[in-house]
Amino acid sequence: MRYAETGFNLEIDLTRGNIERVETDPGDTELYLGGLGTNAKILWDRVPPEVEPFSPDNLLIFSAGLLCGTPATGCNRTIVSTISPQTLLMAFSMMGGFWAPELKYAGYDKVILRGKSPDLVYLWINNDKVEIRDAAHLRGKGAGETAELIRQELKEPKAQVAAIGLAGENRVYFASIEQGRSSASRGGIGAVMGDKGLKAIAVRGTKDIHVARPAEFMGLCNEVLKYIKFRNENPIEGVMPILAGLGSPQEMAVHDEKWHTENFMWGNSRTRRKDFWNQEVAAKWAETLDKMRTRLISCYNCPMKCGATISAPGLPTYMMKCFSKLTYTMAAMSDLDFGLRIAQRATEYGVDGFSAPQVMAFGIELHEAGILTDQDMAGLPAGNEERFYWLLDRIVRREGIGDVLANGTYWAARQIGKGADAYAHNNIKKHEQLPLKLSMLNPIYFLMYATGEKINITQIEGQFPQAPFATREERAEFVKDWFQVPDEKFKQYLLDWEPRGENSMPHYPTVKMCCDIVDWQERMHYIDDALGMCSGLSSFPLKPPYHIHNYPKFISAGAGIDMDEARLTQAAKRYRTLVRAINIRRGMRRKDEKPPENHWKKRFPELEKELLDTYYTFKGWNNDGIPTQESLHELGLDYVSEDFVKRGILTDQAENAPPGASTEQ
Amino acid sequence: MGEKKKKIVKTIKVDVDKCNGCRACEMICSSFHAAPQYSSNNPARSRVRVIREPLKDIYVPVYAGEHAKAECMGRDKYVIDGKEYDECAFCRSSCPSRDIFKEPDSGLPLRCDMCESDPTLEKPLCVQWCITDALIYEEREEEVEEEVKLDDVEMGLESLVDKYGLDKIMETVARMSMSKKG
Repeated sequence: MRYAETGFNLEIDLTRGNIERVETDPGDTELYLGGLGTNAKILWDRVPPEVEPFSPDNLLIFSAGLLCGTPATGCNRTIVSTISPQTLLMAFSMMGGFWAPELKYAGYDKVILRGKSPDLVYLWINNDKVEIRDAAHLRGKGAGETAELIRQELKEPKAQVAAIGLAGENRVYFASIEQGRSSASRGGIGAVMGDKGLKAIAVRGTKDIHVARPAEFMGLCNEVLKYIKFRNENPIEGVMPILAGLGSPQEMAVHDEKWHTENFMWGNSRTRRKDFWNQEVAAKWAETLDKMRTRLISCYNCPMKCGATISAPGLPTYMMKCFSKLTYTMAAMSDLDFGLRIAQRATEYGVDGFSAPQVMAFGIELHEAGILTDQDMAGLPAGNEERFYWLLDRIVRREGIGDVLANGTYWAARQIGKGADAYAHNNIKKHEQLPLKLSMLNPIYFLMYATGEKINITQIEGQFPQAPFATREERAEFVKDWFQVPDEKFKQYLLDWEPRGENSMPHYPTVKMCCDIVDWQERMHYIDDALGMCSGLSSFPLKPPYHIHNYPKFISAGAGIDMDEARLTQAAKRYRTLVRAINIRRGMRRKDEKPPENHWKKRFPELEKELLDTYYTFKGWNNDGIPTQESLHELGLDYVSEDFVKRGILTDQAENAPPGASTEQ
Repeated sequence: MGEKKKKIVKTIKVDVDKCNGCRACEMICSSFHAAPQYSSNNPARSRVRVIREPLKDIYVPVYAGEHAKAECMGRDKYVIDGKEYDECAFCRSSCPSRDIFKEPDSGLPLRCDMCESDPTLEKPLCVQWCITDALIYEEREEEVEEEVKLDDVEMGLESLVDKYGLDKIMETVARMSMSKKG
């Protein structure tokens, strides 16, 4: 009997149209948990580095997390993993919504897709009945539109549908997969889906999901619910409002956007508008949001209302995710009315709400600089906002300059030449970052930006305050009920962290402390991604209801796997290292691990070197960021070691070590 | 005529404006009613269903009531504030016309029992799990005429009447009594 998981994957060969239901090895669940962890294992085993993102041999894996479909509040994430056409590394974007639990109820943990369908198709999973169906009539349809049409033609209003829009069909490098009120957007996984000729996956399930020790599991769930209520009633003091509560930043609930609009960059991540937010703007934006926002909505089994249905007059209703609220507005230097309107079209096209606006602003900037000529931009309208609609339409259809921009700023700049790469200035590992340009180097964020392999800061940060509190009293107040820390030492780190003076950034927290803090932050995200938990109730906010102390109990009582904090930490480290191993095998090295040059004005090259050196050692990686044989052995990843030696990525220490060297410490 | 008696009326007040569509009510209902309790969950077995059409802003939790053996002679369809709801959307019955409020395996009807259990819960679980307060539990006392309780024989006969009609049963009883006497 399998608990929490179903124990079965669907293996779909789109080339041959073959469908198989395959039982999985419970031993893998113990080692890699599920979701991201087991996805990484499958990608390591089955997608060697020679496989290109758009090769039929690339896999596209849709996975529910280990605890999705159990009563654990907020556990509803689908982890989609593949090789990204943009970064050429492993992409593991995720989405909330309702899809993953439905897949579990249908009797599967994962859908593993390989090959390429000769015609556009969609997959219909209805409990034990799984079919590949023609999708010719859905070609060019919007992602949300597709979901509605599929539900109608199947006469199954309760089916959950994950679909791509035009951007995915045309293999735009930042195409998303849209579903419910959520999307898996980062890394261009929608392009891989389009390349495989798969328009959508619809799923309906009416089977049971079991937990191993019901009463104990329910007790844990009740504690979490109670704590969520407590946190909703007691927001954290002394931090900006969006960081005070739980959930993903409550973008759709708040009117006050002073912090984002004055601290994040506008245009192509260039301009800071320090006095932007005034009464007039506040009143106008509040009116816009109140007029267009129909309701605040949630994902499956979660009380946090992080999304909203938006009905802009004259446009179809769509569901908005948190920060897309501002990305289009700010890239176009426009207002909220424009932002909410263009996001409707962008969501139907299925593009990433971070990359797409930045790519368009990059295009406009290149045109202003004369690098893109009037001829390149033939047909560009005169109005600023019309230009963004025009560019969006060109990009998703890969028409004219759109065909170049559809590859993202990094690849587009290389193709355009003429110094365009200086305008693709906000990337890490070829991927567009949040539009932030700051003054003083933050050593914690330096490490997260440099080494995060989800390549998105929101997917590694959290738990630890982003900046020191002003007074010791505030700090003492904060640590008083901070039971989520894995170790008491973190409280001391925070207590001693001052905004100015000796114990301030960049030299405090010390290098060693930064390693501890970043490792904790990253670990919690990786655990979430294996369990299918939303980071909004776990790794992202301050003082979350899920943490390293109750997670092992959830896994034990839920999945029936004997788990404690040490074992869970080890498991997370195992598949985190495996993600790195996949990327190392694809060529990623230390040289790639750097935040954008201009992210901070005040940089400290020596300190940054020390940070990276120390963190690599701390993680068990060598000076080039490659996991060492010794650390791989400790994690039970000798198969990675062997592969690295065979490929010449590592040299065999046992063979090459000078006599006696191995015992020195 | 029965006697006057005090009765507790249990109500779940549904505020559809507060519903966020998360379906935690469905999940926890099916988990509570699993055997053993909480050992599994499956919203398809739930005794509460959220009618949910996000793009039309339709979010209505509806509870399972009595089973209806036959479907109604006609159907109803509501339009409220310009939103058109599905046929029979607010009906609590499991009935032959639709597939909700039926066990997915057996097709047997489901009915909300307000989580009656021993020891008694403070509130039904769907209400406890709805921390957005779309579901609020209320109790009030009402004076009602005591129902005349049917005895076992009557209950058995009633179901036979349901199935074969009163005439047929009377005819059969008459024939049986004749032959016994005979």
